[in-house]
Amino acid sequence: MAITHEEVRRVAALARLRLAPEEIERLAADLSHILDAFTRLQTLDTTGIAPTAHAEDVVLPLRPDEVVNPPADEALLAGAPDRRERRFRVPRIIE
Amino acid sequence: MIALHELTLREAAARVRRREISATELTRAALARITAVEPGLGAFLTVCEPEALAAAAATDRALAAGADPGPLAGVPIALKDNICTAGVRTTAGSRILERFVPAYDATVAARLRAAGAIFVGKCNCDEFAMGSSTENSALGVTRNPWDPERVPGGSSGGSAAAVAARECYAALGTDTGGSIRLPAGFCGVVGLKPTYGRVSRWGVIAYASSLDQVGPITRNVADAALVLAAIAGHDPRDATSAPRPLPPLDDLAAGVGGLRLGLPREYFVEGMQPAVDAAVRAAVRVLEGLGAAVEPVSLPHTEYAVATYYLIATAEASSNLARYDGVRYGLRAPAASLGEMYEATRAAGFGAEVKRRIMLGTYALSKGYYDAWYVKAQQVRTLIRHDFDAVFARCDALVTPVAPTTAFRRGERTADPLTMYLSDIFTISVNLAGLPALVLPCGVDGGGLPIGLQVIGRPFDEATVLRAAAAYEHATDWHAPRPPI
Amino acid sequence: MEAVIGLEVHAELLTRSKIFCGCSAAFGAPPDTNVCPVCLGMPGVLPVLNRRVVEFAIRAGLATHCRIAPRSVFARKNYFYPDLPKGYQISMYELPLCTGGHLDVLVDGVARRIGLTRIHMEEDTGKSVHDADDGGSLVDFNRSGVPLLEIVSEPDLRTPAEAGVYLRTLRSILQYLEICDGNMEEGSFRCDANVSVRPRGETAFGVKVEVKNMNSFRAVEKALAFEIARQNEAVAAGERLRQETRLWDADREETRSMRAKEHADDYRYFPEPDLAPLVVDPAWVEEVRATMPELPGPRRERFERSYGLSSYDADVLTQRKDVADYFEAGVQAGAAPKEMANWTATEVLRLVREEKLDAALVIRDWPITAAQVASLARLVQAGTITRSTAKGLLPRLRGTGRDPAELVASEGLAQVSDRGALERAVAEALAANPAQVAEYRAGKEKVLGFLVGQVMRASGGKANPQLVQELLRAALAEEAP
Ligand SMILES: [Mg+2]
Ligand SMILES: [Zn+2]
Repeated sequence: MAITHEEVRRVAALARLRLAPEEIERLAADLSHILDAFTRLQTLDTTGIAPTAHAEDVVLPLRPDEVVNPPADEALLAGAPDRRERRFRVPRIIE
Repeated sequence: MIALHELTLREAAARVRRREISATELTRAALARITAVEPGLGAFLTVCEPEALAAAAATDRALAAGADPGPLAGVPIALKDNICTAGVRTTAGSRILERFVPAYDATVAARLRAAGAIFVGKCNCDEFAMGSSTENSALGVTRNPWDPERVPGGSSGGSAAAVAARECYAALGTDTGGSIRLPAGFCGVVGLKPTYGRVSRWGVIAYASSLDQVGPITRNVADAALVLAAIAGHDPRDATSAPRPLPPLDDLAAGVGGLRLGLPREYFVEGMQPAVDAAVRAAVRVLEGLGAAVEPVSLPHTEYAVATYYLIATAEASSNLARYDGVRYGLRAPAASLGEMYEATRAAGFGAEVKRRIMLGTYALSKGYYDAWYVKAQQVRTLIRHDFDAVFARCDALVTPVAPTTAFRRGERTADPLTMYLSDIFTISVNLAGLPALVLPCGVDGGGLPIGLQVIGRPFDEATVLRAAAAYEHATDWHAPRPPI
Repeated sequence: MEAVIGLEVHAELLTRSKIFCGCSAAFGAPPDTNVCPVCLGMPGVLPVLNRRVVEFAIRAGLATHCRIAPRSVFARKNYFYPDLPKGYQISMYELPLCTGGHLDVLVDGVARRIGLTRIHMEEDTGKSVHDADDGGSLVDFNRSGVPLLEIVSEPDLRTPAEAGVYLRTLRSILQYLEICDGNMEEGSFRCDANVSVRPRGETAFGVKVEVKNMNSFRAVEKALAFEIARQNEAVAAGERLRQETRLWDADREETRSMRAKEHADDYRYFPEPDLAPLVVDPAWVEEVRATMPELPGPRRERFERSYGLSSYDADVLTQRKDVADYFEAGVQAGAAPKEMANWTATEVLRLVREEKLDAALVIRDWPITAAQVASLARLVQAGTITRSTAKGLLPRLRGTGRDPAELVASEGLAQVSDRGALERAVAEALAANPAQVAEYRAGKEKVLGFLVGQVMRASGGKANPQLVQELLRAALAEEAP
């Protein structure tokens, strides 16, 4: 199960991680090694087995449509790295 | 006279209620103990001295006024630093949240406060609870109180070390693949991972949402039951919290007579440390002697659990950690463009293991690999659950070692991630199946390091798990030794 | 060549609170005030589903003949964007709530059935604006977590006009259901389109282009027309079309290619672990069905059938539920349906448009009540007042709640049909206009209109015009030499 550098770069782009060349090297090796060990899963026949996404069989609870939150106070926004008054500032979004 | 920090939680709480000692005295004693042992231990990332003393004073005033300040009134307790606390920084052991101060309490924190507990601090952990040794914390080193050269286990290593070193009477940890139980086992204390859904996850920084669960780490089984009772129960803010009440846990002393205990053969493997094998088998004989019926059982898909776990957990983690983008809170690296802001922030904010897991999880969910890896793992998760269903049709609980070895040396398993992942081999199936499990001390190895016994129960049957553990604890003295620190 | 169009509508739901937290979902609050840890995507927070969002989705599903899944699953759609606080949107993917419906639309009087692939619930994102100060962008999360329905059509539409009718019909239905205000300018009803072209008769699809950023029905129609023409030209020139996303530029009236983002289309959907599957009990569906209003299509047909209205009038009157209700209230109050239809479709709707009353989802404070209009209509039908008197009265009735019949009586506005009085007025008019009389008698019959006008004016508009005409003709004939 060899994960190529190209593959590592593709996945890193999806995950928005900047990787140094030596990190790409290391991750390609690590992921290959890990997935190699995990290929044992592929030996199991799981035809017709329903996937488990949740550990328990609870019914999804529903909440009444009520406004219970007060307007946000300063404490909620205080940790913003960059703000203009109440808005969060980021480098220019280009479409 | 016994030092205040040597009291059990139950005793300490009782003395405060009887007003034999004040909450302030108890809190000062804990803070003094923290000051004394922290330099050689590193269990805490944040010590909340002024907040703790203010809360203790308030408790004392309430007691003086004749109010009932709750079952844990005045008792110093610590929280793993991935549990949000209003006004106190909560880092999850990560650079990206190094300065993050939540405006809100996690439900478990709020419930402990309501029960009267005093928060003395926030405990170190592997970054975003990803690890088995606490070596992945970006913010500090935590040592094993039994041997400073060894790891405390992880990811709740700080919580377990703090409790073992008598810095607090209990601590909360979180357990996604063994993160409460492994450090409890390595530090010689009691750790309980409740059933998935038993305890609210609201305000607990998510690693893998379908596996994460909060639980207590204490010095004995009765204390674990006490803390569980304070934090358990339905939370309308967590849609995965179960709408069923915790049954009363007052018959812990009922014994194991008539209990059917299963011994899964897959948990006694080649290459296991002999002392661990011996101690767990001896513990099983003790339980048999106490009247339990023990039988060998099989959980045939155990060998697939590590792969299943690491695919599901990392897939969920890759998504859960996407919110750390430098926009609304947390670290932001200087950047000229938006794309650079994301990539530089996340590159600087996350450590190597977190990046590895984000990469693995992103890969497993990405186009072309989703069915082969993610869906496959979910299907095997079903098979693992079925294994437990079949065994629990015959048994009331299972007994296993918590890990194949005792605490390992720092740096011993950091070179190869897979070796580290295999530390969780006996704990992760429990998370995949959503079951409750408790670890308690059952011996020491030749080097004097604690060995942990794991008791696994049916979903929502913490009562039986606690009962079996209490019976064992009552019959043996393995909980008594104190670490040298 | 023919165009193949599929539309994807995002409709903001009119719930009080957001989909997964207890923040207000109201539009227009100061920036970042309707926010909490959940909709800001802070560490450790969890979503809890708003029951009314599900109810609204069921309503939309039933109105469009969808199958309501007894078990549906929320999924995470993963991508990075500053207005998306968690780095994923909670949406539905493999198992949506509503599937396999359709919408019947009337295109130039011809009925067309447009398939609906699916309707699902999801959360809206925040909103970003350009920072004028220094070229950055500013994000406001008030909209983050406002509930949305995503409504996806089959690629059954063939022309921009069809697409326009489909959108108007869909919006009308959502407004009837009172679940979305349908305001395209404010963004509560948004539309993206998938467009391709292929030779007529071909069944395979051409290369699909996604068109975004259309902020009105007109914009959708224009953008589609532009895009179809662009694709046709490209194909005619032998160019290969690219599968891409294009943005409509309303100022330059063209679509242009969005900078292609590398790997941007791999959303890595997976089941949302924080939310168990949604189970909708059939009894709940039946409960919702029982509260469904009559929808615009069936109502339009009933108006034609029961009231004998033209298809055009019936369509105009049924586009809004409140207008249709208004019309029927007038009929109930005794107005003849055609008369009431005329009054509603012309005078009342003119007022509604002029005063932008249709900005409200439901008009509750009509400037003139249906009962007043019905009363006016009855007075005209009975010949008590003239149509022009009635029109003149309309503004005076505003906000008074007065019955026009009473106003007519107290101010003596009733039509004068008294033969003796009118004969005197006719005689006076003839005497005062000898030249016109002579012209008429010389065969210039058109002059009659002028003479009628003179009599009407003299009567202050109250004279019965038919009777005036009749008396004039008689008088002119009598005195002929
Ligand atoms: Mg959508
Ligand atoms: Zn909110």
